[in-house]
Amino acid sequence: MNEPASHDLIVIGAGPAGMAAAVAAARHDLDVVLLDDQPAPGGQVFRNVEAVVAKSPSRAALLGRDYGYGALFVDAMRQSTVDYRPETDVWQIGEDGTVGTLSPAGTALISGRRIIIAAGAMERPVPVPGWTLPGVMTAGAAQTLLKTSNLVPDGRVAMVGSGPLFFLVARQLLAAEADVVAVLDTTSDENYQAAQKVILGALKFWRDLLKGRRWMREITKSGVPFHHEVQDVRIFGQDRADGVSFEAKGIEHQIEADIVLLHEGVIPNQHLARSLDCAVRWDEEQLCWHVDCDTWGATSLERIAVAGDSGSIGGAAAATHRGRLAGLDAARRLGTIDEATRDRLGKRDLQADQRLASLRLFLDRLYRPRREVLVPPEDGVVVCRCEEVTAGDIRQAAALGVTGPNQAKAFTRAGMGPCQGRNCGLTVSAILADAGGMAAADVGQFRVRPPIKPITIDELADLAVDDPLE
Amino acid sequence: MFRPYRDTDDATVRIHFEGQALDVPAGETVAAALLANGVSVFRTTPVSGAERGPYCMIGVCFECLVEIDALANRQACQIQVRDGMQIRRQAGAVAAVP
Amino acid sequence: MSGFDVTVVGGGLVGAAIAYGLAGKGLKTAILDEGDIAHRASRGNFGLVWVQGKGHGRPEYATWTLTSAELWHDFAQQLQDETGIDVEHSNQGGVFLNLSAEEEVGHRAVLEDIKRSLGNRPYSFEFMDRAALLDWLPGLGPDVVSGCYSPHDGHANPLKLLRALHQAFQARGGQYRPHHPVTAMTAINGGVRLTTPDGDIESAKVVIAAGLGTQRLAAMAGLYAPVGPNQGQLLITERVDAQLKLPTNLVRQTGEGGLMLGFSNEEAGYDTMTRPVLLKNIAWRCRQAFPFIGGLKVVRSWAALRIMTPDGFPIYDRAPEMPGVHVATCHSGVTLAAVHAQRLPDWIAGAALPDDMTCFETGRFNVQAVS
Repeated sequence: MNEPASHDLIVIGAGPAGMAAAVAAARHDLDVVLLDDQPAPGGQVFRNVEAVVAKSPSRAALLGRDYGYGALFVDAMRQSTVDYRPETDVWQIGEDGTVGTLSPAGTALISGRRIIIAAGAMERPVPVPGWTLPGVMTAGAAQTLLKTSNLVPDGRVAMVGSGPLFFLVARQLLAAEADVVAVLDTTSDENYQAAQKVILGALKFWRDLLKGRRWMREITKSGVPFHHEVQDVRIFGQDRADGVSFEAKGIEHQIEADIVLLHEGVIPNQHLARSLDCAVRWDEEQLCWHVDCDTWGATSLERIAVAGDSGSIGGAAAATHRGRLAGLDAARRLGTIDEATRDRLGKRDLQADQRLASLRLFLDRLYRPRREVLVPPEDGVVVCRCEEVTAGDIRQAAALGVTGPNQAKAFTRAGMGPCQGRNCGLTVSAILADAGGMAAADVGQFRVRPPIKPITIDELADLAVDDPLE
Repeated sequence: MFRPYRDTDDATVRIHFEGQALDVPAGETVAAALLANGVSVFRTTPVSGAERGPYCMIGVCFECLVEIDALANRQACQIQVRDGMQIRRQAGAVAAVP
Repeated sequence: MSGFDVTVVGGGLVGAAIAYGLAGKGLKTAILDEGDIAHRASRGNFGLVWVQGKGHGRPEYATWTLTSAELWHDFAQQLQDETGIDVEHSNQGGVFLNLSAEEEVGHRAVLEDIKRSLGNRPYSFEFMDRAALLDWLPGLGPDVVSGCYSPHDGHANPLKLLRALHQAFQARGGQYRPHHPVTAMTAINGGVRLTTPDGDIESAKVVIAAGLGTQRLAAMAGLYAPVGPNQGQLLITERVDAQLKLPTNLVRQTGEGGLMLGFSNEEAGYDTMTRPVLLKNIAWRCRQAFPFIGGLKVVRSWAALRIMTPDGFPIYDRAPEMPGVHVATCHSGVTLAAVHAQRLPDWIAGAALPDDMTCFETGRFNVQAVS
């Protein structure tokens, strides 16, 4: 299947940012294609929202109004002229606007005059001893199973971590009557001081702050063991997770569990943008890389923009605003509105996005992961899950003079597995920075190349192109 | 490992895991269907043979790889069940058939 | 005064092999290397230890290559003894696959030319039809007209080789200095001063083995050493249980089990992006050779910038205007690693370049430089 020439705009990712971008651009007469790998729109935060709201009242109640609002976004997208294509993986993008897709009909190359990458976020890896055992998942995975598949954990659940999503999932599982045997809050007490310094800016979001506090109280009131300042986490078990040991406020504990859910915040799902070698910037507050872009999401590459969490973490509300801004800017760049109109229409989103930044900064400080999450102290901890490369292996490479992740990859195979470094990249770079006494910004990250999602030799060989070389 | 919450739909399809028949909700992901039927080990790694199960459920960890209808290393969390589907654990490297 | 006997500028396969050999001769040796994202051809290497087809029109290159292939096994064994790292050298031979009658005719003519030019030196090859190759290359496709088997060929793991060389070099007392790009070279009493952002290095001798950086560095010593990038795109599949017993020019199976596919040659400047159309062509052609790979997933692709001199042959030379400075660069860093470690160090230590190596000096480019 081959798409001859171009579309105006290709948006990758049908979460809040992608939907907002697509709708805004379509409203201003752009021909927009919206690609998403799932069968239904919503991204992660609004996963399966249409079906849940329409057919599953108990789940809708459990997941809450913030989730339910997603149905309105999806509705707006469906009502628009956007050409929405579900079940479509993107395995390659080019600076020139080409996009390699894989759908049930096969591979194809399409092209746009502009691309907006709205691939969202993923959870930060939590490399603790035992994290690769069956039965260990992310807190987000449990929420995804609830949203998409109407499932709750069966068996004793221990939750370990920190951050807004962590406490949200804890309370959702408690409300769903899952057998939560412990909630282990790894928030470092050092964070409170740093967060206090920026709380003033966050106070205008008192509703969100109170909501967070309410979640914490619900967890406390449930009677489930709720430990704070948790560190030195180890998941034990022979062939599968049997529980977790940890230290909290100077006391050692051990808790048996069948399922262990980990969470230490989210990071951008950035492989698509990085495969283009666009300009990126290390952010010391979020401890991850940001795509370098202007307030409209335009990157260092002419035809490429980012919106939402895959550029830098802002959350769902910010993603919606940033998506709209990117969509408006696409309309301006492609000539259907002028700059003054773009600025006028985008003014409220710009202001809202800027306002939200102060809440974001407060949360980033409050839930900053502990050093041991970023740089696992024990050599035996698996860092690259795919290739089973340990922290010690990376440190050995550093001792040989390896100063960057790409050399480390060549010497240890870390990052060479199917996940292409998504779950080990930050850790490998952090270990090298630590070992070499360098700043994270100077160490860099894995170079990313297609295929961004796996495709078979057949799918690649049978790619329809206009001008095959021989 | 996981159980249904509420408001369950009755429509099911029949899949097979390691030869055993399972009736699972239509439209379910393979990963969810297996987890709901007590399966926690989805594969053994090609590096060391270690047992692994799903981790992220959003397609970025590549731990939930299983063999589906004789095709190796499919991400179970990204594929929906279909009537008659044959699923096996991914045992190490792909067994190619030249 | 840091006072090295030899400083090798460039820590890739060529520089590391030479430095390892020099350190083994008891010389106080340093490697100066760039950072993580440098051009790094070594990381893009296909891994062949390849003889057949090389040196057409230049028998000295065929000889040099043959010598290296013969030394490779012991070279690999020694590295394993010193580091514990198995670089997965296999020297059971290799096969050049011909997917058309024209290819076969052309390839046969080249090999017979080379054999003639080598006189008495043993040089074997045998064209075999598909059926005869199936034991070694199960699944070889019906579109394969023939394969040319050469017992001189083999393959190794280029990344493990690089790591083993670095590890052995340091174990032999060599000093590795990353993030030390050389910005200037000056003649001093008794040697050369190399200027880097992190301070000056003084060395009695220098070997410029800097891949794509060689030309710029050689010019500092008054040598014209033209090298340019030649882009090759490569694919690697997920791990497969062991199938292919021999490497071929299109596909080889790595020690971990993945199938490495590639052959493209692009004049693409310094572009390290992979292009879907080129990847499609690699997939298509390699699938022609081995149809069973169709269902395998591609896990990674990369575009490697390989080193190409105008005639494709290595450059080995000394700089007359800056005594002590040598240049060593080539395309086949894996194949020549053995001679780089075991033969070149003698030349750098002061011996004359053997008669049959003078054709690799930079004088051969002067005609082009002038015109």
